[in-house]
Amino acid sequence: MKTYHLPEYIVKRNVKRCNKCKLCIEQCTYGVHYYDEKEDCLLSRDEDCVNCQRCVVFCPKHAIIIKKNPLSYRKNYHWTNEAITTVKKQAETGSAILTGMGCDKPNLTYWDKLLLNASQVTNPSIDPLREPIEIRTYLGKKSKQVELALNGGEVVLETRLAPQLCLETPIMFAAMSYGAVSLNVHEALARAAVECGTYFNCGEGGLHPSLYRYEGHLIVQVASGRFGVHPEYLNAGAAIEIKIGQGAKPGIGGHLPGEKVGEEIAKMRMIPVGTDALSPAPHHDIYSIEDLKQLVYALKEATGYAKPVAVKIAAVHNVAAIASGIARSGADIIVIDGVRGATGAAPKVIRDNIGIPIEFALAVVDERLRNEGVRNEVSIVASGSIRSSADVVKAIALGADAVYIGTAALVAMGCTLCQRCYTGKCPWGIATADHEISKRLNPEDASRRLINLLNAWSIEIKEMLGGMGINSIESLRGNREQLRGIGLSESELKILNIKPAGE
Amino acid sequence: MRLLSQVNNPYGDDKNIDGCALFGMINVEGTRFPFKDPIRAISNMRERGNGLGGGFAIYGIYPDHRELYAFHVMYLNRQAKRRVEKSLKEKFRVVLSEELPTKEAKVWNPPLIWRYFIEPNRSKVNEEKIAEDDYVVKNVMHINVSENGRALIFSSGKNMGVFKGVGYPEDIAEYFCLEEYEGYMWVCHSRYPTNTPGWWGGAHPFSLLDWAVAHNGELSSYGTNRRFLETYGYKCTMQTDTEVFTYAFDLLVRRHKIPLELVSKILTPPFWDEIDCMPQKQKQLLTALRQTYSGLLMNGPFSVIVAQQGQMIGLTDRIKLRPLTAGVKGDFLYLSSEEAAIRVVQPTLDKVWNLTGGEMVVGTVKAHAFVRLQLVTTLLGN
Amino acid sequence: MEDLTKNLEISNLKIGAVNIDAAEMCSFKLNALIRDLVKRGFKEFNLHNVSGQRYIGAGLSGNIVFKVHGIPGNDLGIFMNGPNMYVYGNVQDGCGNTMNDGLIVVYGNAGDVVGYSMRGGKIFIRGDVGYRAGIHMKGYRTAPALVIGGRAGDFLGEYMAGGVILLLGLDENAQREVKFAGTGMHGGVIYVRGEITHFGKGAKREKINENDLQLIHKLAKQFCALFNFDFDKVMEQEFIKIVPVSHRPYGKLYT
Repeated sequence: MKTYHLPEYIVKRNVKRCNKCKLCIEQCTYGVHYYDEKEDCLLSRDEDCVNCQRCVVFCPKHAIIIKKNPLSYRKNYHWTNEAITTVKKQAETGSAILTGMGCDKPNLTYWDKLLLNASQVTNPSIDPLREPIEIRTYLGKKSKQVELALNGGEVVLETRLAPQLCLETPIMFAAMSYGAVSLNVHEALARAAVECGTYFNCGEGGLHPSLYRYEGHLIVQVASGRFGVHPEYLNAGAAIEIKIGQGAKPGIGGHLPGEKVGEEIAKMRMIPVGTDALSPAPHHDIYSIEDLKQLVYALKEATGYAKPVAVKIAAVHNVAAIASGIARSGADIIVIDGVRGATGAAPKVIRDNIGIPIEFALAVVDERLRNEGVRNEVSIVASGSIRSSADVVKAIALGADAVYIGTAALVAMGCTLCQRCYTGKCPWGIATADHEISKRLNPEDASRRLINLLNAWSIEIKEMLGGMGINSIESLRGNREQLRGIGLSESELKILNIKPAGE
Repeated sequence: MRLLSQVNNPYGDDKNIDGCALFGMINVEGTRFPFKDPIRAISNMRERGNGLGGGFAIYGIYPDHRELYAFHVMYLNRQAKRRVEKSLKEKFRVVLSEELPTKEAKVWNPPLIWRYFIEPNRSKVNEEKIAEDDYVVKNVMHINVSENGRALIFSSGKNMGVFKGVGYPEDIAEYFCLEEYEGYMWVCHSRYPTNTPGWWGGAHPFSLLDWAVAHNGELSSYGTNRRFLETYGYKCTMQTDTEVFTYAFDLLVRRHKIPLELVSKILTPPFWDEIDCMPQKQKQLLTALRQTYSGLLMNGPFSVIVAQQGQMIGLTDRIKLRPLTAGVKGDFLYLSSEEAAIRVVQPTLDKVWNLTGGEMVVGTVKAHAFVRLQLVTTLLGN
Repeated sequence: MEDLTKNLEISNLKIGAVNIDAAEMCSFKLNALIRDLVKRGFKEFNLHNVSGQRYIGAGLSGNIVFKVHGIPGNDLGIFMNGPNMYVYGNVQDGCGNTMNDGLIVVYGNAGDVVGYSMRGGKIFIRGDVGYRAGIHMKGYRTAPALVIGGRAGDFLGEYMAGGVILLLGLDENAQREVKFAGTGMHGGVIYVRGEITHFGKGAKREKINENDLQLIHKLAKQFCALFNFDFDKVMEQEFIKIVPVSHRPYGKLYT
């Protein structure tokens, strides 16, 4: 069938600069660049270009730029280029459109509509470069009350603390499974987590044997596919996360395509080589909230009540009620993944249309748990769309204890959000299971980038805290007085429970 | 609708911001003394206030009614008084009610102020199966919230009373005829509100049951503190940081029975780096306190005097952004924003020192029957 | 901590058999006790008066034997990695959930999702099983096995990615045939004694071959030995097998 849809990008090569070194051919995993011997020049197959910028960055002569194809269909606000292209593609293939990374629609990013406070006169700002500002955060169930007893003159602690995760900075690396990303990515995340005193989440694809040595900084995930879940795996985690949902694809399962399931991944996931690795939509031992409690306690029983259990859900319409149920399920941590949360592969129609922004979800969950007096039962981790230290600070002020970053970590390692993770050909060596391509990402170099990022954000967080006159992050948690909204409707302000700027 | 001109915070600001002067003195033998010294001391710090708020909490003033709760109530109008008295009669037995004696003084626009000696309606307390104190707290909060500024119960303890209003403290003292009272502990406050016109209810000290708090500074953690306390049933109606202190002490000391030394480790905890280096048991204890009550860490500049029956407590923020000086002479413990104010009433002191960041100073009446936590050590004489 | 073991009759220290009366004991206490005893080296447990206690054997590894009298609660043997468990009664939902290795033998019926995601070990159920038995069973080089003596509820072997299910259907009076068997399966195999007509999406019926028969023999023999059935009589009837249409059921779903 002749394809009616046109290339999305156009590769522009400055022939004067090009020295025909062919590095672009080597770097492009999609085979866009090729050498024409007869003409002695480099040409490109624009239709295969995904605009990953790999060739642009690596061209020693800076001879290449990638431009968006203007696709000059008649201007139509309703029938955008994307809408037209999608219909054409589906008409040709009969398939659902797959995509990668988070929702890219121009829905409001509410982080950008929130402004932070700073002290002037009535309250001194604190200088983080010279005075201590604490950003250590503990995640886990807190008691409602500390019970003490007197033994002679000594005060004895009677309350037994629930197990906690100790984060030296309130930022963790979100679940990304081995298979969706390469082993080198896991290695880089693990090293950075150790260095920065935080945690990385190995996702639902099991844990490579070489990563067991990072067990003090690891969160293991148990998803509906139960891939790689066995006692040794569970015990390796500093915490266990039950994945119910993911912001990019709430309510649906997932699958790692068979072509990515090579020997190593098959072993890790305990499935035959070459089969699709299916994650069912629900956990088949959780059809109701009391079943969640059962799985939470099954995991605690299997690991001797030694580690916190987190439950990750996608932010959906009645997220507050769901979170309230989770807080009563025995879970120690609730992870909420907003509509802009990313993925290695999701149907585009699901990614772009299902779920609600994390800012709203976080605000209503924190409020609900407080109203019901169970906020201390769980820590809240906000996930999906955190791009900067300011987003982190705003999330904590809205009520989060900590955040997960996924996309930001990948971008630090080279990702350009070309959204083709599902092809397994990631030219940056990130979202791939291909042995050769994954060598492009050097774990040492990548972990350095991650460490730099977290260090930079930590400094910025301290700067913002100091400005507010706060020297410990727990005094920011849920401190919505430090937030003001700009350009928000009354109902949006009400949901976020903040005042408009100027008030 | 809030009565904008009368409430503490007519503009709906996050909270009231004010600078202040604090002074407190306690006789640890429980000997009562008149107003002369406290007034002289607080007036000595006139520069720190601006005449838009002054107040006193005096302990031991109603020995004849020591078993009864003494309610001091402000009314904007007669209707409010009728409403409040109606609900007081429903919930309590009112033993004595009278207008608080006042006289002409340099004060601004005083409301009607009444005093009631009451005891809870026993059958109602039993019905609700809560402690008597909790019953009182609940009803005081209910009335204050529903009256929305038209009436305010600003003093509700036993054998103690708060007197406060808009004016310099010495004028307030004159207005309330404080020369008529004697107490073993006086906590005084002179206010400098930066952003609101004075409202009588907004003056310090803030009080609930026999807790009284006078405060200098601002809490940058206010939003966190308030929302944390709200999960324990407190309603922060005044939008002042001072109120937050009152409830924090009530929760920790009265309800959760945390010894005072440890309360300071909650409100102004050591840094994690310090906790990490402590011996195992101590580390566990402080970690438990800090994790559990993280929402009560008081951040930002403050010095505060907190009083309860038989006890005066001074505390500063953990990086010492507001001043508090302690002085000891014989049976007296003094706490003051400025040393000079102590010296003006007691030139020769046995001991005087400036509190370090996060330091708590406690003075306890030696033979006091009502002190709830016997393990609290008095720092007097150390 | 309270010594949970103080009231126990520890019958024979040499072989390490411990009798535990689970009556009035909550799940948490029973499992804590078992974990404690396992740590102290005990290998054999007779659990009496079990009544709804969950997670028995959760995450335990090694050469341990449980004899469970009564009705254990949900998630019996979840994450189990080696022990052998004999249950003299029915089991509830989630028996053998995400089991890694070991053996579960049930002398009665099992509830829903028995053997969910198991990737090693064997489960033998003398009687019937509920819905979604063997769902998402896996296997990488190992093949977990689930043998069912009676009949199975619908969605037997849903999403199966590996392993073997053998459905014997020995109850001649069974009224209802399993529906949607093997729906979404993309690995593993389901053997059914007799005939079924209703398959799930992605599953197809195939004739059995010599290799299949060998495997069936092996499992059926073990089953008959455990539950005292006449092996020859069991093998009199024909078997069919259900296998995935593709290992890549969703290869063309997305573009």
